[in-house]
Amino acid sequence: MYTRIYYFRFPKDTSDQPVIYHVIKKHDVEVNILRADILPQREGVMILELRGTKVNVKHALSYLEGLGVSIERLATRVRRDDERCFQCGACTGVCPVASLSIRREDMRVLFDPDKCTGCGQCVLICPVRAMEMSLGREWFDPEGSRTPSISR
Amino acid sequence: MTRKTTEKTYAEINARIKAGKAVVVTAEEMVTIVREEGAEAAAQRIDVVTTGTFAPMCSSGAFLNFRQSVPTIKASQVWFNKVPAYGGLAAVDAYLGATEPCEDDPLNKVYPGEFKYGGGHVIEDLLKGKTILLEAKAYGTDCYAARKMKREVTLADLPHALLCNPRNGYQNYNCAVNLSDKVVYTYMGMLKPHCRNATYCSAGELSPLLNDPLYRTIGIGTRIFLGGGIGYVTWHGTQHNPGAPRGDNGVPRRPAGTLMVQGDLHQMQAAWLKGLSILGYGCSLAVGLGIPIPMLNAEIAAATGVSDEDIYTQVVDYGNDYTNNIARTYGEVSYAELKSGAIVVNGVTVSTAPLSSVVKAREIAEILKDWIGQGRFLLHEPAQLLPGPQ
Ligand code: SF4
Ligand code: SF4
Repeated sequence: MYTRIYYFRFPKDTSDQPVIYHVIKKHDVEVNILRADILPQREGVMILELRGTKVNVKHALSYLEGLGVSIERLATRVRRDDERCFQCGACTGVCPVASLSIRREDMRVLFDPDKCTGCGQCVLICPVRAMEMSLGREWFDPEGSRTPSISR
Repeated sequence: MTRKTTEKTYAEINARIKAGKAVVVTAEEMVTIVREEGAEAAAQRIDVVTTGTFAPMCSSGAFLNFRQSVPTIKASQVWFNKVPAYGGLAAVDAYLGATEPCEDDPLNKVYPGEFKYGGGHVIEDLLKGKTILLEAKAYGTDCYAARKMKREVTLADLPHALLCNPRNGYQNYNCAVNLSDKVVYTYMGMLKPHCRNATYCSAGELSPLLNDPLYRTIGIGTRIFLGGGIGYVTWHGTQHNPGAPRGDNGVPRRPAGTLMVQGDLHQMQAAWLKGLSILGYGCSLAVGLGIPIPMLNAEIAAATGVSDEDIYTQVVDYGNDYTNNIARTYGEVSYAELKSGAIVVNGVTVSTAPLSSVVKAREIAEILKDWIGQGRFLLHEPAQLLPGPQ
C-alpha cells in the first residue's frame, strides 16, 4: 500500500465537479480528507491523504493535474516529545513498521524517525500525546485539532 | 547442627540507614543476588529492596481544599478547569477524580473519543504550577451566603492538597486480547480483532506487591514513594482480593492485592503524575509508586528475588468476555514471555505491548534506593498488615 499526503489547489471551475468521487471510483484510490476549504465558484484548497497502489495514486494525480489542479507533496514528519513520553510502550503495539520499538534488554521504548512512514497511528494511541505530527514545515498541536492544519 | 537464621527489625534497619550503612538494592538487582547467594545470605547482607511502578491507575484523585472568599461559600458543585469535582463535603473541600472528563468533552460521541482533558490532567497541571480556573456553585445559607464563585488558583494557593488514591498498585493484572471481530478501545489500549495483539500492565519483577506477595511487610503506615514525594499506604485498596489463586511461590496468578495510598500533592512532581487520555476509554492518571521492602528474614528476601519467569497472569478477552463479566481465561503467560514481545494464545503467536513503564519503574526503584542510601528516607513499620490469604 502506498500512502502519501498532498496539498491540492483547485481552480474555481473545478469546484462544482465531483472530482473526489472520480478519484475514488475510477482510480480506486482511498481518500482521507485532512482539510478542505472549498466554496462554489472560488478557488479551493484541500489536503488529502491518498492511499492505494502506487500506479493508481499516480494515475489519480495525473487526472487531477489534467484538470489544472496544482499539487504539492507534503512530507509528514513525526517526532516524539521525550519530556512527555513516559516510556510505557503502548505505541509499539500499533506502529506498523517498528519505527517505535522496545529494546528488550532494558525495555526502553526507542523511536527511529528514519523508519517512520508518517501513518499517524501512534498519535492518538499515546496516552500522553507525546507523538507529534507535522505536514511540511509546520508542527501541529496534537492536543488541538485532530485534522492537521497548515495555515496556522 | 545450628544454622544462623537472620531476623532483623525495622529499628535495626533504620539505625543502619541513619548510620549510612544500609545495603539497598532494587528488586531487579535482587533477582541475581538471591539466585547466586541464596535467600538466607541475601537477607543477611541486604537491608532494603526497593520496588517501583509507573502506570495508569484510574482509581486516583485528590482532595483539594481552597481558601474561602468573601462572601463565604458552601460549595456544592465545583469545577477545576471545567472538570467537575465532588463537592458534597465541607464548605471549601472537593474531591477531584482522575477519570472525570472535562464537562464539555464529546466523550465517545465521536468514536473513539480522545478524552483530551480530565481530572488527571488537572492534577498534572497543578504540579506544573499552572493556573487553574476554579468555579463553584452553592445554594446559599445564612453562614455561607455566596451562590457562586470563580477565581484562578495555582497549587500554591491551595492550603491543603492531598493525593488520595483508593486503588493503586494492583498486584498483577490481566493480559488483554480481543477475540471479537471488531476493534475495541479499552482501558487496556486498542485491541485489534481476532486476537492480533495483546497488552499487559504490570512492572513484573519490579512491581511492589509482587515482591511482597503475602503482605508480610506492606501495610497501613508503610512509607512509600508517591508521585515524586513521600506518601503512605493508608489501607488496603478497594477490590483487594488476597484470596486469588497463587503459585507455589505465593505470587498471585490473577489480579489480587491492591493499595490505598495518600500523600501531600505539594511535595509531588509532574514527572511522576501524568494526566492520560486513553483513546475510546477516558481520562486517567499515570501514578509513580515505589515501596521499600525491609529484609527482615530469608522468607521475605526470597520473595523479593522473584523474577519475570516466576510471575504468571491470565489472558483475558476484552472483545466480549470482559464487558459481559464472563470469567474465562485463554491461557497463562509469564511476564518473561510478555516482555519478550510475543506470546502464544490458542496456538497462535501474538505480539505484546506494555502499558506500564518498566524504564520509569526502574527509575523509581533507583530514586528510592538513593533516598534510603543518603539517610533521607526511613522505613516505617505498618500499624497493621494488609489482609492476607486465609
Ligand atoms: S507515525 Fe506510524 S510509522 Fe511513524 S512512528 Fe507513528 S505509528 Fe510508527
Ligand atoms: S505511547 Fe507515548 S508515552 Fe508511551 S512509549 Fe509511546 S510515545 Fe512514549
